[in-house]
Amino acid sequence: MVTAKQDPDVLEKCPTGIKGLDEITKGGLPRGRPTLICGSAGCGKTLFAMEFLMRGAMDFKEPGVFMTFEETTEDLAKNFQSLGFDLHDMISRGLIATDYVLVERSEIEETGAYDLEGLFIRLGNAIDSIGAKRVVLDTIEALFSGLSNITILRAELRRLFRWLKDRGMTAIITGESGVGLLTRYGLEEYVADCVIFLDFRIQEQISTRRLRIIKYRGSSHGADEYPFLIDEYGISILPITSLGLDYIVSTERISTGVPKLDAMLDGKGFYRGSTILVSGTAGTGKSSLSATFANAACMRGERCLYFAFEESPSQIIRNMGSIGLDLSRWVKEGLLKFHSARPSLYGLEMHLVTFLNVINSYDPQVFIIDPISNLSSAGTASEVKSILTRLIDYLKMKKISTFLTDLTHFGGNLEHTSEEISSMIDTWLLLRDIELNGERNRGLYILKSRGMPHSNQIQEFLLTDQGVGLVDVYTGSGMVLTGSARAVQDARENAAELSRRCEADRKARDQKRKKTLLEARIAALRAEFDAESEELSLMAEEEQKRQMVLVEDRSEMALLRKGKPTRKSVRNGSGKGA
Amino acid sequence: MKSNRRETGTEDFETAAAKRGNETYVLRLYVSGLTPKSTLAIANVQKLCKEHLNGRYELEVIDLYQQNKLVSEEQIIATPTLIKKLPLPLRKLIGDMSDTKKFLVGIDLKPGH
Repeated sequence: MVTAKQDPDVLEKCPTGIKGLDEITKGGLPRGRPTLICGSAGCGKTLFAMEFLMRGAMDFKEPGVFMTFEETTEDLAKNFQSLGFDLHDMISRGLIATDYVLVERSEIEETGAYDLEGLFIRLGNAIDSIGAKRVVLDTIEALFSGLSNITILRAELRRLFRWLKDRGMTAIITGESGVGLLTRYGLEEYVADCVIFLDFRIQEQISTRRLRIIKYRGSSHGADEYPFLIDEYGISILPITSLGLDYIVSTERISTGVPKLDAMLDGKGFYRGSTILVSGTAGTGKSSLSATFANAACMRGERCLYFAFEESPSQIIRNMGSIGLDLSRWVKEGLLKFHSARPSLYGLEMHLVTFLNVINSYDPQVFIIDPISNLSSAGTASEVKSILTRLIDYLKMKKISTFLTDLTHFGGNLEHTSEEISSMIDTWLLLRDIELNGERNRGLYILKSRGMPHSNQIQEFLLTDQGVGLVDVYTGSGMVLTGSARAVQDARENAAELSRRCEADRKARDQKRKKTLLEARIAALRAEFDAESEELSLMAEEEQKRQMVLVEDRSEMALLRKGKPTRKSVRNGSGKGA
Repeated sequence: MKSNRRETGTEDFETAAAKRGNETYVLRLYVSGLTPKSTLAIANVQKLCKEHLNGRYELEVIDLYQQNKLVSEEQIIATPTLIKKLPLPLRKLIGDMSDTKKFLVGIDLKPGH
């Protein structure tokens, strides 16, 4: 509408309101022109047309006329009811007008030239009665079986479509596909503006509906075959193109539930809203890791949606109880919701819609599929890829952290997903068996993790009754060892370490003993020295004493020889006197 | 009750069979304006009725542009359309009635098929 105002040459488009169709037609059907919807019986033509009218009346304030050649208004009302619309109510509110055109060949005798003015008058009446902007003719081909003069009929149809254009009606004309032709009577000849083909095919007992825009004059459009679905909400076409790559990402980080794994991921865990894939062979602990992640999310108070394709909810709860995870508590609190279904229960498209419907109604922050590899049983690899691409894009847009597990087969390339979705994955963890010394252990490593520095180490992945644990594998001496081999090697190293420690202790004791010995010797020498010094001083004292005694002896002797000298004179003149 | 009804049914049938050939035809001709096709159809119907029904008919010509409500009620798609309301069964003839044989077959004046 807006573009038309800006530039009158641009084809004006009429939004259908049908989920996804407006994206692939880039705005809707050509406004004021007829569009042909063709396909085999049961492909959803009538439903398509019905929803076009209903959405127009409800969402775009464009009343519509439904002219049916096949069903009575009563039957039509029942069909509308299946989409949740009350036709009678809409008729009484003047939003929809219906007209049932009965063409019964046995009642009609053609007696000469005629025209279809009766039909024009009826259509005109219906349009005028509610001021309609949209018209559906379902299926005008009935005229071909009711009337035999093809020449007149073709001329009149041409006139009818021109008339609809002149009145500015956005019209849908349905037609059943014929052999080698889009429609049995070549309606595409008249309706040249837009042709949409609906297809309904069954592959390996699973049905898929597809839609393709064969022609859209004056407009670019998606040229692919788009799968579509019919459910209680009407038609949903889920084109990849309807979701761009322009979503806003979060820088918030969330824990994986395993502290050591958080540490490997730059110490902070996954980015919120990122897509995480865990791949590995059977029994490597993928489900345990996803349950741990779910548990961590619930502990943060987030809602977690768990799609299980292999086990029933109660079995998961029981099994995870064995590694110390009590999931039933989160289920009771409404934080965890399981959705178990066999992948082969319905077609892939239906799975996608189930995903989207449950996601929309539950609004989780964490979404888990365990495992995605099972989806391949419901379709071809490329279909699975297309479904997952759309699902992942949708989840990214909604900033839901997505945790997918993928079962790789023995002998297959581990670093390769069966669904070829690795390019869509932000963080890819690989769980693998490490077979060594007659035992099998689990190893975990990070294959990639966008936007963060991450560990390049293989960690041994342990499932204990305390939950999931990671242990550094033995990587010394140029070997990588896990399990008991790692334990043995650890023990060996411990023993070596112990003996080294003992040796050091012994040396220290030796040294100490030597020191004591040395000190003792020093003490002895000192004692000897002391003794000697004492002796020496004693000797000196003795000598002094002896000298004194000698002096005294001499003076006495002198006294005896020379009478009675004074002690003084004796002393002074002792030498001279002698 | 059951046998009674059957008797009545049989009676009606016999009466109807006896009346055949002298009952009144109720005919309606629907046209869309005075197009050449319309005028030709009106002329043809009037001529044929005069020739074959000897005044035992009521013909009403209705312009659908004037009475457009009838178009859905009567399940009309083509114009001109002649509807034989009575005698039963109801018949619809479309076209300008220039094919006399088909016209006579159409209003059960001549065995058809």
